[in-house]
Amino acid sequence: MSLSFRSAVLMLALSACGWAQAQKGETVKVAWIDPLSGLMAPVGSNQLKSFQFLADKFSQNNPAGVKFEVIGIDNKLSPAESLNALKSAMDQGVRYITQGNGSSVAGALIDAINKHNERNPGKEVIYLNHSAVDPDFTNSKCSYWHFRFDADTSMKMEAMSSFMKDLPEIKKIYLLNQNYSHGHQVAKYAKETIGRKRPDIQFVGEDLHPLAQVRDFAPYIAKIKASGADTVITGNWGSDLALLIKAANEGGFNGKFFTYYTGVTGTPTALGKGGEGRVYQIAYNHYNMGGQMAQWMKEFQTKYKDDFYTGSAIHIFNYLGEAMAKAQSTDPVKVAAAMHGLKLKSFNGEVEMRKLDHQLQQTLFMSVWQKADKKFPYNPENTGMTLVPVKTFEPYISSTPTSCQMKTP
Amino acid sequence: MEFFLISLLNGVSYGLLLFMLSAGLTLIFSMMGVLNFAHASFYMLGAYLGYILNGIWGFVPALLLAPIAVGCLGGIFEKYFLRRVHAYGHVPELLITFGLAYVVLEVVQLLWGRSAVAFAPPAWLQKPAFTLIGGPGSSGLQWAWGAVTQAQCQGDVVCSPFPASRAFMMAVALAMVLSLWGLITRTRVGLVIQAALTHPQAVQTLGHNVPRVFMWVFGVGTGLAALAGVIGGSTFVTEPSMAATVGSVTFVVIVIGGLGSLAGAFWASVLIGTVQTWAVAVDLSLMDMLRHLGFSSAYPVSSGAWSNLTLSQAAPILPYLFLVLMLVFRPKGLMGQRED
Repeated sequence: MSLSFRSAVLMLALSACGWAQAQKGETVKVAWIDPLSGLMAPVGSNQLKSFQFLADKFSQNNPAGVKFEVIGIDNKLSPAESLNALKSAMDQGVRYITQGNGSSVAGALIDAINKHNERNPGKEVIYLNHSAVDPDFTNSKCSYWHFRFDADTSMKMEAMSSFMKDLPEIKKIYLLNQNYSHGHQVAKYAKETIGRKRPDIQFVGEDLHPLAQVRDFAPYIAKIKASGADTVITGNWGSDLALLIKAANEGGFNGKFFTYYTGVTGTPTALGKGGEGRVYQIAYNHYNMGGQMAQWMKEFQTKYKDDFYTGSAIHIFNYLGEAMAKAQSTDPVKVAAAMHGLKLKSFNGEVEMRKLDHQLQQTLFMSVWQKADKKFPYNPENTGMTLVPVKTFEPYISSTPTSCQMKTP
Repeated sequence: MEFFLISLLNGVSYGLLLFMLSAGLTLIFSMMGVLNFAHASFYMLGAYLGYILNGIWGFVPALLLAPIAVGCLGGIFEKYFLRRVHAYGHVPELLITFGLAYVVLEVVQLLWGRSAVAFAPPAWLQKPAFTLIGGPGSSGLQWAWGAVTQAQCQGDVVCSPFPASRAFMMAVALAMVLSLWGLITRTRVGLVIQAALTHPQAVQTLGHNVPRVFMWVFGVGTGLAALAGVIGGSTFVTEPSMAATVGSVTFVVIVIGGLGSLAGAFWASVLIGTVQTWAVAVDLSLMDMLRHLGFSSAYPVSSGAWSNLTLSQAAPILPYLFLVLMLVFRPKGLMGQRED
């Protein structure tokens, strides 16, 4: 081989090595767009701290060797403000957006990002949805650029109704929800899935109240008691759930509560010792998962005097790391292609980002509120109580069909 | 029956809280012609100061001292700021209170953060004041002081506890009504205030210090708002947006009651409180109600969002609807006087 050919091959080989690790050492900026003011401010600030804490942890240890930086932008729980926040993030060169508090905002973001990606090839943005669970985002409004890491309402309802099927003492259910897309969907899917599995259950009442506006739930509690319901299903989160539970304790409602978000900031304090054995939560995690999760929760509690519960953030960083290593790039187009259909092991077992609709398929847990003890020691907000898992649902149980017609670019 | 009684009590207690707020506002307006946009901000200051004092000395000292502290702040504001713009007319006075509202909001957020603070009522207010025992399983409607055991509430017997914090709210509001009435009608100061309401020049020539009376009235008005703040903040939630939520309803109350009339503010606030609470219980939509009244739709009515809107969903906007109707049909309010 001639010298020039050998040196050419050597140079190519060296550059190939460099190219194979092209993304190593790069900083990936993720913009977090959620409320930092208003009634949902405590939830928002807890989640921003969670994302920044995890960005730190994953920057030290991830398969792609990249560094993560989280930029928090307050959207005041308004879709219009969120679009401004999106523009501001894109102006700062951010290509990864995460949001989850408020399906109303999520819908606006999906629309805006779809349009932007279509009109600006080369400047694509990916939307990592950490908690907005309106099923529409993986059905009629599905998008290639949207990835959902929380289980959507149809999945949570499948799991919840499987659990309720075996509880004969549930006879009359009252549905109380927030008056926006998420609340409407919870009510709709509750009636559909429970109606299918337990047609004998009566839905004795249904109510929708404005989001993050009501401070006094006493009239609603009086109405629930008058209806004779023994169980309330609610998708309420943040202050809406905390104040509802507070009013329920004061108004003497002794029935069961089936919720999505008992573990979220504010509700453990409002629950206190009351509600023991009566308040249930369906979610992809609980407080006592053990392993790496338990370690991180303890560290978070010591550092911020607050509880870590946004497990979907761990999924997000796991996926970003794996996908960037697989694609050997931090370019959103390549990363999206790598995440499309990716299976990996996360804190709650094997998970899969389904190709059909970009809905993460994962294990769900039904947990109940009770006293913390040696077996389940973690107690949120110093209440002395905790959420204990009573049933585990494998991914196939909660997996629901989709009507998504995704257009892959 | 219990539902009706509990709803009535809930509505009246909420209405009385509104009255505590609007009494000060209508008093200030009737005396000085100033529509105090920052009134709800004094409510919020009262709640936060109450939270601080509650942490140091306990609930009852907080209840007594926070209104006095905020009243002093109100008096200082009146003497050094409001009085200066008094000469320029009503609009500058309005604008200065508007600006004060913004300043107070930002200061509160700077000092105590953007999230809610944990201001809870004391243990003796966290129990039920009394419990109604009724329902198809019990013989008639009975009641008992305090809480009842779980055993008595099984099956068809429905127990409805009424929280002591709300009963306390009603008690304080009623005490306030009585003392205000007593102050204005039975004391010398009250007579001077009543006279200065309509004839400030004459009162001045008689030798009374009318500007000082104004300062006292402003201070007392804001002190009352702060008292409402301590109670409202502990019963509901203490957070920076509490001023904005309650501010607009207060204006609605004083307009419906009649600007300047304390009795009007009382009846308007109780009316709004009960209607808003009961509306939540009514699940009828506009279509249902028309059908009940006998209107059968000969023409197919499109089932749009507005026709299926139930009263319970529209409950939050009812006060504002009343405001509009009142301004259209009876602008002087329930008990207001026409300006001459």
